[in-house]
Amino acid sequence: MVKNVSVVENIHSANDQLAAEIRQRLDNASVFSINIMASPGAGKTSLIERTLHELAALHEIAVIDGDVATSIDADRAAEAGATAVQINTGGQCHIDANMLRIAVNELDLANFDLLLVENVGNLICPVSFQLGTHKNILIASIPEGDDKPYKYPAMYQDVDALIINKIDLLPYVDFDMAYFEKGVQLLNPDLVTFPLSCRTGEGIQAWITWLTGFINNPKTT
Amino acid sequence: MHELAITEQIAKIANDHGEKNKATQITDLYLVIGELSTVIDDSVQFYWDLITENTLCEGAKLHFKRIPAVFRCRDCNKEYNLDQGELTPCPHCQSSSMDILQGKEFHLDSINII
Repeated sequence: MVKNVSVVENIHSANDQLAAEIRQRLDNASVFSINIMASPGAGKTSLIERTLHELAALHEIAVIDGDVATSIDADRAAEAGATAVQINTGGQCHIDANMLRIAVNELDLANFDLLLVENVGNLICPVSFQLGTHKNILIASIPEGDDKPYKYPAMYQDVDALIINKIDLLPYVDFDMAYFEKGVQLLNPDLVTFPLSCRTGEGIQAWITWLTGFINNPKTT
Repeated sequence: MHELAITEQIAKIANDHGEKNKATQITDLYLVIGELSTVIDDSVQFYWDLITENTLCEGAKLHFKRIPAVFRCRDCNKEYNLDQGELTPCPHCQSSSMDILQGKEFHLDSINII
């Protein structure tokens, strides 16, 4: 006999539960954490390098790098002064909470006050998998074009801060900032935005000030 | 690849509930997916048959209930939908400030078991 059983369970519930555990561990150790998402080439690793350049002397920073393959990004982060852990997703288009948990296990959280997680370059999948990080950051970059908010609405809807990278290229490409900003406003009216250039350093300070405002328990003596 | 991870999660939830209810077989799954959730039914179906072999879910049918996205304008308070799949400013007053009322659903509602 067929019987109907009520389930009503979010399909991401297993992931979300692991994400909540990660958040708890980060909170217990007073580590502020961000999840950096963007398309490939938008400047995730460059932003991390810039951030480390500004903060490595003042804070104990860990970087977890998610990539389909290679450890190029983790190597760059380590060179810039962070303790870096590489996650190779083996083809998967995003980091999920279970992968992050395994990477976090390699860190002694008591030694850090800031964790930067670099997600896989992708504007669709990462947003569906919460990681337990405190803030979700999206990097858009000028050469990608001004239509991205319209094409990837879910990504723009669910982030806490938006970085617009490569503004030094504005004179050279057709990028309608008003059109871009209208799309962002439509999807995420209260989104805090940082136009900057990782290459020239323009605008970086505003980002650093915002970020460090959340680090409430610096561990460097 | 995103759909594979999702399909595995669906199978795990269904199997857990099937076992808890002493099912010998799961015959149907009823999924509720909002229009704003980025998941493609056909891809889930494709992976489904591959990953459920030799499990309680083998041969189970997937039923997708799609929930349309509904927005409410913060300025004129009127409700509206996506325009041919695209998000637009409020069609009544052109405001771009709105709240999402529904469309982000993403859950397994129930299963049929034997």
